[in-house]
Amino acid sequence: MISFIPPSGIFIAGALLLPLFKGKWRSLLIILLPVLAFISMQFLPEGNSGLVKYLEYILVFNRVDRLSLVFGNVFIIMAWAGAIYSLHEKDISQITAAFIYVGSALGAVFAGDYITLYIFWEAMAFSSVYLIAVRRTDKAKAASFRYILVHLFGGMLLLAGIILHIGNTGSIEFNFLGLNGLASYLILLGFAINAAIPPLSAWLSDAYPEASVIGTVFLSAFTTKTAVYTLARAFPGTDILVWAGIIMALYGIVFAILENDMRRILSYSIINQVGFMVVGIGIGTPMALNGAVSHAFAHILYKGLLMMSAGAVLYTTGRSKCTELGGLYKSMPITLSLCLIGAASISAFPLTSGFVTKSMITAAAAYGGLTTIWMLLTLASAGVFLHAGIKFPYFVFFAQDNGLRPEEAPVNMLIGMGIPAVLCIFIGVFPQTLYQILPFAVDYVPYTSYHVITQLQLLMFSGLAFFVLLKYLQRTNTITLDTDWFYRRGGQIVLNFVGTPLVQLSNNLSKTFLETIPVFLIRLGENPTAATKIGIDTLLVWGNKKLGRKPSYKKLLRQKKIYPRSQIKPLSIGAGVAFILCFFVMVFLIILNII
Amino acid sequence: MKRIMAFMDRPDIRKKTRWILIAILIGLVLIDPFMEKHPVFAVEKLPAFYAIYGFLSCALIVAISKIIGKVWLQKREDYYD
Repeated sequence: MISFIPPSGIFIAGALLLPLFKGKWRSLLIILLPVLAFISMQFLPEGNSGLVKYLEYILVFNRVDRLSLVFGNVFIIMAWAGAIYSLHEKDISQITAAFIYVGSALGAVFAGDYITLYIFWEAMAFSSVYLIAVRRTDKAKAASFRYILVHLFGGMLLLAGIILHIGNTGSIEFNFLGLNGLASYLILLGFAINAAIPPLSAWLSDAYPEASVIGTVFLSAFTTKTAVYTLARAFPGTDILVWAGIIMALYGIVFAILENDMRRILSYSIINQVGFMVVGIGIGTPMALNGAVSHAFAHILYKGLLMMSAGAVLYTTGRSKCTELGGLYKSMPITLSLCLIGAASISAFPLTSGFVTKSMITAAAAYGGLTTIWMLLTLASAGVFLHAGIKFPYFVFFAQDNGLRPEEAPVNMLIGMGIPAVLCIFIGVFPQTLYQILPFAVDYVPYTSYHVITQLQLLMFSGLAFFVLLKYLQRTNTITLDTDWFYRRGGQIVLNFVGTPLVQLSNNLSKTFLETIPVFLIRLGENPTAATKIGIDTLLVWGNKKLGRKPSYKKLLRQKKIYPRSQIKPLSIGAGVAFILCFFVMVFLIILNII
Repeated sequence: MKRIMAFMDRPDIRKKTRWILIAILIGLVLIDPFMEKHPVFAVEKLPAFYAIYGFLSCALIVAISKIIGKVWLQKREDYYD
């Protein structure tokens, strides 16, 4: 029976049932739903199933192959950890929205056609925006509004691309596409917005840090990684993605270095990490794709863990700026330890998950002979340790003591963090467990003495650089401009433009066409010679003014003052009739002539 | 857990930890000539290439970030209000 309900259905239907339960039963349901979904996924038959006929098309709800299964697995594991992390939350609407969001992400990953993909894609946007707005601060509401606008725009691009694609090919199947023609460019742009490729990335760092504590944990895992999945499915080996990924990786580091808000640092770090995956997809060899997919798997876990530890700090202290935090290592030692596991994994220390996944992408670049790409990826790897591996834990848990002595995070939060922490180390120690579920057979050995020692050299000396340059890394109370400037300040600029110059123009136009010209015409009717003279003088005065000469207004004003009205005597009725008759005769003659 | 933190907090232990870290740094450089290398690129054959590259990368990243931040990107927190 369970095999008929796909995992996405279990999450979405379960989410809608949640508000009907209370107390222990609700907690039980929250913990059990991801488990049920996991079991149901094991029963999904390989290949296409869940077929639904729609118009002349057949929708494929479950396309099960190695690629979609990797993402399905990690999505459900992360949803389970996130669900346990959220058990203390009394506002059930957040968990409901989060589960609908997870269900939609799973639906998008298992979708075998563009129509199903698009429906779940939009469902993701609408369920996730709630997780931001639910914090109910003014900043959160504004950020959620900007978030949904950007995603609606991205969704429109995707839809336009899909419609063009279906029009061109007549097929709705979602498979390898590659860059060929307008439809594919639009689809790529739609995916790129969700993958947060700069300059289309500002929505992420704008909105995620404003979301609720548990909201950010869920957000950090699903939207960008679903986009990574779709890119890996439709655009592997697309050259432009290599450079897009490099830009993401470097851009994320620079902004994370400049940021003060801890959850914003981690948000920029998402962009940086997704950059590595996008490079892998761009390179497109089996090894690079394995690297990208496994890195997405590992990334969801350690980034979830880091966001959870940041959330725990925000939950217990109510603060999120590095300048207001610090010295928490004594009061929150367990959170700190779990956070350090996440920090070590994202930095790719040996024996953690990042070490066995990220290195596959770097190695694929090296074996492909892409020297520049390899140099930049290695530089970015050092930079990751700098901003996410050291900076985040250092300024939150160590640095200067701001006198905060909060309680340790609630038990459910610690267990929620414990699950990805255990997996980060498990994958790092037993990489084969992850390698054997990857899309392609893996021919890569991460643990060689050369790799371990060089990686340690890279990381330890990056750490040294951090402490040598600590003076320059001190936090300041600033925000960092990103491309959201264009719609945050840009909106203001448009308003100002409409407010002054456009209104002025409209006033001038209405004055000219509704006042000046009609009055002139009336006067022309009354006294043609005087009116023409005044008209010419007005133009001359205006022209002189434009040329910078001193115009003589006085003469013009005097002329207007003594303007002689109705100097022409009205015609008698007989003369008028005769005049009109003559006119008709002339018209008649002209028409005859033309005919 | 708290006891471990208190132990790590002792000034003499702090000092020792620092020396251990410095020893690891030196050890990582010293081991470099003795390990079996299998480089893909020629630059990897340079002695302690990864250590130098890691340090310089970070210095470069910090310098560039700081300069861009100072002259352009960093604004007061009420910038958008």
